[in-house]
Amino acid sequence: MVKSKSAYSDPGKKGKLDTHIIVVWVDNEAGVLARVVGLFSGRGYNIESLAVAEVDPKRGISRITIVTTGTPQVIQQIKLQLGKLVPVHKVADFMRGDKKIIFKEMALLKLVGNNSKRNKALKVCKKFNPVVLDKTQKSVVLQITALRREIDTLMGDLKKFGLVSVSRTGAVAMTRGSEIFK
Amino acid sequence: MSKLYTGAEIVFKCMEDQRVEFIFGYPGGAVLPIYDELKNHNSIKHILARHEQGAGHAAEGYARSCGKPGVVLVTSGPGATNVVTALTDAYMDSIPLVCISGQVPTHLIGTDAFQECDTTGITRPCTKHNWLVKDVKDLAKTIHKAFEVATTGRPGPVLVDIPKDIQFQKAKYTNFKKQKKLNGKSNNRFSKKDIDKLIEMMGKAKQPIFYTGGGVINSGPKASEELRELVSITGFPITSTLQGLGSFPGDDNQFLGMLGMHGTYEANNAMHDCDLMINIGARFDDRITGKIDEFSPKSKKVHIDIDPSSINKNVKVDLPIVGDVSEVISLLIKTIKKHKPNFLKSNKENISKWWEQIGKWRSVNSLNFINSDKTIKPQFAIQRLYELTKNKDTFITTEVGQHQMWAAQHYKFDKPNRWMTSGGLGTMGYGLPAAVGVQIAHPDKLVVDIAGEASVLMTMQEMSTAVQYNLPIKIFILNNEYMGMVRQWQELLHEKNYSESYTAALPDFVKLAEAYGCVGIRAKTPDELDQKIQEMIDVKKPVIFDCLVDKEENCFPMIPSGKPHNQMLLGPNDQKENKITGKGKTLV
Repeated sequence: MVKSKSAYSDPGKKGKLDTHIIVVWVDNEAGVLARVVGLFSGRGYNIESLAVAEVDPKRGISRITIVTTGTPQVIQQIKLQLGKLVPVHKVADFMRGDKKIIFKEMALLKLVGNNSKRNKALKVCKKFNPVVLDKTQKSVVLQITALRREIDTLMGDLKKFGLVSVSRTGAVAMTRGSEIFK
Repeated sequence: MSKLYTGAEIVFKCMEDQRVEFIFGYPGGAVLPIYDELKNHNSIKHILARHEQGAGHAAEGYARSCGKPGVVLVTSGPGATNVVTALTDAYMDSIPLVCISGQVPTHLIGTDAFQECDTTGITRPCTKHNWLVKDVKDLAKTIHKAFEVATTGRPGPVLVDIPKDIQFQKAKYTNFKKQKKLNGKSNNRFSKKDIDKLIEMMGKAKQPIFYTGGGVINSGPKASEELRELVSITGFPITSTLQGLGSFPGDDNQFLGMLGMHGTYEANNAMHDCDLMINIGARFDDRITGKIDEFSPKSKKVHIDIDPSSINKNVKVDLPIVGDVSEVISLLIKTIKKHKPNFLKSNKENISKWWEQIGKWRSVNSLNFINSDKTIKPQFAIQRLYELTKNKDTFITTEVGQHQMWAAQHYKFDKPNRWMTSGGLGTMGYGLPAAVGVQIAHPDKLVVDIAGEASVLMTMQEMSTAVQYNLPIKIFILNNEYMGMVRQWQELLHEKNYSESYTAALPDFVKLAEAYGCVGIRAKTPDELDQKIQEMIDVKKPVIFDCLVDKEENCFPMIPSGKPHNQMLLGPNDQKENKITGKGKTLV
């Protein structure tokens, strides 16, 4: 691509991209998710995964967990822009590699095949403590909680054992120890 | 049992408690109950616009010229979509607006009913916040909250969408007392330590500059006074963005003029070469910074802003100070006076070389133009307008384009809230309705819309509003028959291919003025200009002034594409050596 010489349209230097987990506490009211997601799309930020649910029914607070990538400057902007939204109570953010934080994603996996295939499949997922939610002569539905990349790998491994359908959630996060998010 | 009020009554009760005096609006099916209630509230006057966009810009002009929030009332569907441009404009320029829109009855929402649209969905990205009121019991609380959100922190537009059935339903109303407390999102977050650090940096600086913006104006008239004091006790040079004009006297010796794409040579060079940049209430907009990588490479940067998300958004700064401009400056002045009473004296020597350098840049006289005795040069027209109106406390609005930049360059403002222009969004058609709003707020003052003939045609219908309410606004059109800024870029960047930038079949503006029932004046030569301008000022009616100017004049100085920020195009003489080459054409 020809580098533009324009004083006004040069995008400038690209910084290094980091993956962050942003946790947002919001009033659980109509349109609040649209506000948060609209902020991301409107300003060109990236959403890798998203998990939302009410966590405090009494006060009507929902917790949104967003996995996003961006330069440090963009991550800072995301936090500050989120903080400006009226229904947002607080915003926490940390790097994906942070040792003090637990991340988990859940996946439901449906496998179709004979008994031996299914047993082999169960063996493959054993270290993720699979829970069998449904079982028939021909099929099994497993529940797995693990990291995103672990589930990615698992899906690859399970292909040959009759994996026919996958349903995944976004990541949720929690601090280790007695600390809570500030 | 306390009295029950209808939703429509509650709307007015809230506005009375918020001391609203004027509503700019346009009726329609979904707001009829509110319009029906209007007659019972004498303290609130409704100004009927001719288009909802006009109502929105008028409310903006009102808000910017008097510091109070502008109130807009529109109907559902097209009423709401028409006001979107004005809301976006207010959002970009941080203008407090409260827009109340009607909505189809709650049971029809989602059925594609007549004049239904997803108003809160459409306006979500162009308001600070919006609400759809689904229960009449929430109405009063919501409207008061709306006023609070619009006016606190960094101001901006909000919208309250009220379905028609809610306007009929009844609820209690308890009188509202304005709380002094600001909402949690707008608190000052700076400490004394930040101020001390800033003073230390100021003491060390050899090439300092103040770079001020609309935040100073939004912080209130006191902020402008404090800014003047700060500049005078420090002896530092000061430059201003388009929106900040008027917060510091335009004819003061310490003022370097506006900066940015069409800013002065001295202001842009000083920004480029400074060693300390103190940004007060500006936001490092791309029209200011140019190429970010080469923006002011040698300076330490301080950013004072009420909005934490403005900090480090475009330019990394060394010292962020999040707070209200007025409060930061007053603490700054107090601390300087207490601890460094001789700041100015000790500082003078420090920065004397800097002033010498600025003097050299100044001597280039970058706003100069080649005048003519045959055709009216647009810059000359604005200079004459300034000379003939400067003693009158004049309010100026503009449209968007060359005339806007010439106005910013050649009209010297010395008070805040006198300059209303669409900077962030760049909305052609802003100036005429904004002038309507300004004149409503200041019925006895001279209000001039410096316009281009293309822009003004976008909202020309609002002349009818001006005539209806006897608002003697003056529409000063610099008529060059081109969309001047588009033509200029086509000349400089697109091989003079003037694609669609010439307006054939323009109306006769003098006759148009007469058709609207106002006064039309035309000036064709420089000789008659003064007398005609005087005539315009003296008429106590709305005027459309058709000033026929040079058709091919360009707006200089200009930061050209493909050049660093400190190399500007200066004017017709300088242009030959600074041809913009092929790859620089992607100027945006």
